[in-house]
Amino acid sequence: MKALSQRRRHPLAAIALLLMALLMVGAIYSAASSANQAQAQTESFSANDAEEGEKLFAANCASCHGLGASGSSAGPSLVGVGAASVDFQVGSGRMPLQMDGPQAQVKPVQFTEEQTRQLAAYVATLGAGPAIPDEEILDASEGDPANGGELFRVNCAMCHNAAAAGGALTRGKFAPSLEGSSEKHIYEAMVTGPQNMPVFNDANISPEDKQDVIAFLKTIEEQGSPGGADLGSLGPVSEGLFIWVAGLGVVIAFTVWLTSRSS
Amino acid sequence: MSSSTAINAYQPKTRVGRVTNFVDSRVGGSGMVKEFGRKIFPDHWTFMFGEVALYTFVILLISGTFLTFFFDPSMAETHYEGSYLPLRGVEMSVAYASSLDISFDVRGGLFMRQVHHWSALLFVAANAVHMLRVFFTGAFRRPRELNWVVGTTLLIMGLAAGFTGYSLPDDLLSGNGLRIIDGVVKSIPVIGTYISFFLFGGEFPGTAIIGRLYVLHILLIPAVILLLIGIHLFMVVIHKHTQYPGPGRTNTNVVGYPVGPVYAAKAGGFFFIVFGIVAAISAAFTINPIWNYGPYDPSPVSAGTQPDWYIGWVDGALRLMPGTVGSNWDFEWNIPFPWGVNTLSLNVLFPALVPAGIVFTLMLAWPWIESWVTKDKREHHLLDRPRNAPTRTAVGVAGVVFYCVMWAAASSDLIATHFLVSLNDVTYWLRILVIVGPVIGFMIARRVALALQRKDREIALHGRETGRIVRLPHGEFIEVHEPVDEYKRYQLVSFESPEAYAPVADGNGHVSRSEKLRSRASRFFFEDRVAPVTPSELHASHSGHHGEIANTQDRESIASH
Amino acid sequence: MADNSHGSPDTSVTVATPGQGGVDTFTNPGLPPHRPRLADTDPRAEKRAERQVALLFFISVLGTLLFFFAYFFIPLNDTIERLRLQNLALGLGTAFAMLGIGVGIVHWAKTLMPDHELTEERHAVTDEKDRAEAEQIVGTILDESGIKRRPLIRNTLIGAALLAPLPAIAIFRDLGPLPGDALKHTFWDAGMRLTRDPSGTPIKASDVTVGSAFHVIPEGLNEAENKLEEKAKAVVLLMRLDPESLNPSEGREDWGYDGIVAYSKICTHVGCPVALYEQQTHHLLCPCHQSTFDLEQECKVIFGPAARPLPQLPIDVDDEGYLIARSDFQEPVGPSFWERG
Repeated sequence: MKALSQRRRHPLAAIALLLMALLMVGAIYSAASSANQAQAQTESFSANDAEEGEKLFAANCASCHGLGASGSSAGPSLVGVGAASVDFQVGSGRMPLQMDGPQAQVKPVQFTEEQTRQLAAYVATLGAGPAIPDEEILDASEGDPANGGELFRVNCAMCHNAAAAGGALTRGKFAPSLEGSSEKHIYEAMVTGPQNMPVFNDANISPEDKQDVIAFLKTIEEQGSPGGADLGSLGPVSEGLFIWVAGLGVVIAFTVWLTSRSS
Repeated sequence: MSSSTAINAYQPKTRVGRVTNFVDSRVGGSGMVKEFGRKIFPDHWTFMFGEVALYTFVILLISGTFLTFFFDPSMAETHYEGSYLPLRGVEMSVAYASSLDISFDVRGGLFMRQVHHWSALLFVAANAVHMLRVFFTGAFRRPRELNWVVGTTLLIMGLAAGFTGYSLPDDLLSGNGLRIIDGVVKSIPVIGTYISFFLFGGEFPGTAIIGRLYVLHILLIPAVILLLIGIHLFMVVIHKHTQYPGPGRTNTNVVGYPVGPVYAAKAGGFFFIVFGIVAAISAAFTINPIWNYGPYDPSPVSAGTQPDWYIGWVDGALRLMPGTVGSNWDFEWNIPFPWGVNTLSLNVLFPALVPAGIVFTLMLAWPWIESWVTKDKREHHLLDRPRNAPTRTAVGVAGVVFYCVMWAAASSDLIATHFLVSLNDVTYWLRILVIVGPVIGFMIARRVALALQRKDREIALHGRETGRIVRLPHGEFIEVHEPVDEYKRYQLVSFESPEAYAPVADGNGHVSRSEKLRSRASRFFFEDRVAPVTPSELHASHSGHHGEIANTQDRESIASH
Repeated sequence: MADNSHGSPDTSVTVATPGQGGVDTFTNPGLPPHRPRLADTDPRAEKRAERQVALLFFISVLGTLLFFFAYFFIPLNDTIERLRLQNLALGLGTAFAMLGIGVGIVHWAKTLMPDHELTEERHAVTDEKDRAEAEQIVGTILDESGIKRRPLIRNTLIGAALLAPLPAIAIFRDLGPLPGDALKHTFWDAGMRLTRDPSGTPIKASDVTVGSAFHVIPEGLNEAENKLEEKAKAVVLLMRLDPESLNPSEGREDWGYDGIVAYSKICTHVGCPVALYEQQTHHLLCPCHQSTFDLEQECKVIFGPAARPLPQLPIDVDDEGYLIARSDFQEPVGPSFWERG
């Protein structure tokens, strides 16, 4: 600190101060504006990550997404999809695609965390896009589940079901159950809009609101149903099936016992 | 009978006698005891479903009364302050908040809610199975036609009770259900919009509907159901119960156990068993998790929004109906009238009314349709085994298939996600099946019934296959058939097998059109028939096909080699 | 009971039907011989059955005790886990209490009460003589009342009786107001901002990126008097597509803004919220009955039971860059009704 104070009368001090002020304004601005874009890109990738990622991409992904991820008839361009998209698609096991179908299915994850990180780093260099979210914003215990529940019902429940048990879309597509999805993947799905899911950018649902949604989902997942087994949370259909098969089944077993002759 | 002489004449000796004397001399109960005390009821497991329906209704009354003490059917706005965290502070109606309070803050409230809802599902299911049993065994025939009508009305009232109850919690699921009802009501020509406004007290959703449905649900509909149950049981007592055919049973007797003690013990014990089953289910399985759905708000909706199972078939019909055909033709017609253009929304009206109309009209009319075709106006107290009335059985199966395809259509989205098929393909297939399925079901069921009759014939004539292969002295291999005893045989041969009849001319020698139609219908009913085995046939088979019957002589010859 | 001659065991047993003659039929062999139960012959088995019944009743007592224990000694503490445990214990207690009694009584009846099947004769529902008498009585009553002889009295009574219940219908008139043209317009008006559901915050055109979907309510709806009724008609889904993929018809070119379009969320079938937006196929799907609407063809129905496209809300952008409605919907939203025209 002493050295700093000694140099404060240096001829370049004013310029340095100006630069610092500019940097600070810039940082605040970028922090503020990126909150409106996507969560600030806190995870910094090294150049090495991107290089490794490029190799992995060329070996595993380029056959569909094209060299340089510019897209082909078999797969879309990944320019500008952002690291979050890669982390979601690869990290949840949807990519690489196992087979053509209405939509990518979840399957065992094909890449290590390290490799996923490298792929994400590479794709992030191709164009600006949503970044992998910050740990802090993913902390479900900080969110308000009641607000999250309201947002979930308005924005998500029509596809994913009010209890997040999933639902059908057209022609074989579907909105998956969210049970067991990690906080990070839920967040990434909202900002990137994978497959046919709409994008919920930060202007639509702010990061804090997204945290509330995650808090709601984690709350209902952890607490389970107070009434006992939830029968898949599928609503009246599974209840009807249950009473016809199990309920009437037990009743019939008793009627047969009741009317049979004792030995 | 309470004159002084009567008192003096009868001096009770036992304690039971003294109690009896006290009651009878004041209200006259001994006639009842005389009538019912040793009345005979036949015993068969398929006769128990009516009891299941009755007992679940009693459970519904008990649990429902508990719920009314805590439920508040008001649609006023409030903010939830109960103990369920993910909804705390959320704006909702008082009705929904009180439903949540019953679930989370009243001890045993959740249990009672689950008992009430599970027994409601079981009530309608037991009603349905009971009616299927009555239909397939021909128990609706004279003299029980009117009781069949009462039973069908009870089923319809059961649906009404269920639907009004489903709507009460005012959660997102029930609110969207009401919205669908509103859409259906609005499609009714001329008066639809007015009915909608009167029902909801203005525009949907309004603030009146929950209170109105509540009165229907806890007062009017249960009262009607109770009245109908009373009539239903009264008629059962008058007619006495039907029984399956078999040795010792005839159309003029009833074979079974006396009410006191065996039948009363079994029936009474069965009430506790049904209650116990419902309680066990309610202990371990969630039903209608209203806390998941959130308060009703016209903007959100949940995937998998479906009615309870018994309304499912109407919802399925709504789903199956195509709204448009090709790219330029649709089922919404704008009809020009002199006073202006009016809209007829057939894509809603048709599926909402026609399938249910067909099913209930046919159900109500069936006893008379059948007796008109068969010219059978006799009293029937012996049931048909379903195979012995192949055409009736086939008609019933066709109806069940028709119903079940629509029922399945109500869960087309869940079929798609759980069997990984396309939602659209599921709908296309079910659209075909709802037309073709009943026809295929009819044909298969009739063939199966006839085949089973033939098998019965074989068994009555040649005995049961034992699976033992034996070589006779002259080298022939035969399978040993074990003859059935006379009781078993009587069960296999004691049925009617009417033949199709030719049109009969009336007094003037004229054959009317309706008589021709009737004869055609009778051909359709009875063209394919399997006649019961007669004693002479049995005799002929014994002497003719010597080798096939393991009679004593054969057994001896087998044993000696 | 005129047709009841068949079926008695001493005459022909199976039913005489036309064409069958009823001659060559088997005779009813009567009830099969009674087979004694174990408890009838073996006193030890009888004793065992007795103990089993008592044990079942005792299980019922334990079930009742379990219920009381769960009710008083499992206090609710705001956790779902505790509530689940209490519900399970209350339920199992009730189940054991009930099943213990029920199974016990039935076991008692099956093993220890007499199991000889008894036969009772059926009687005709009524006597034909009674019927004739009843007919005569009714005839006398009608005759003495004179209703047949005095058609003036009869006809005026019928007329009065037909009219009298009408007030009972008319009195329900005040159940609700008349529809008027309430269904023909919504809360939307020219210049009204599009705001987020449920917060009510306005939306800038730049917020709506390609592929995103916003659930929208009109500005000021949250403060409206009939909030839910207005919301039930006014909810809108806002999406941005590549402007190339939209094919607006003549007169509707300026209803969107740079690829942003707003459509009514209320299904034209029976009114569920059509909220499922597939951002790649540009289809909207209703979760209730699966009507599918194609955004590229102005929400024309391409599948399912709906017959009419979703109404579009014409939108624009104000000076501050916020999205606003150009007007109310140009047609009634939601399900069809007779007066829709």
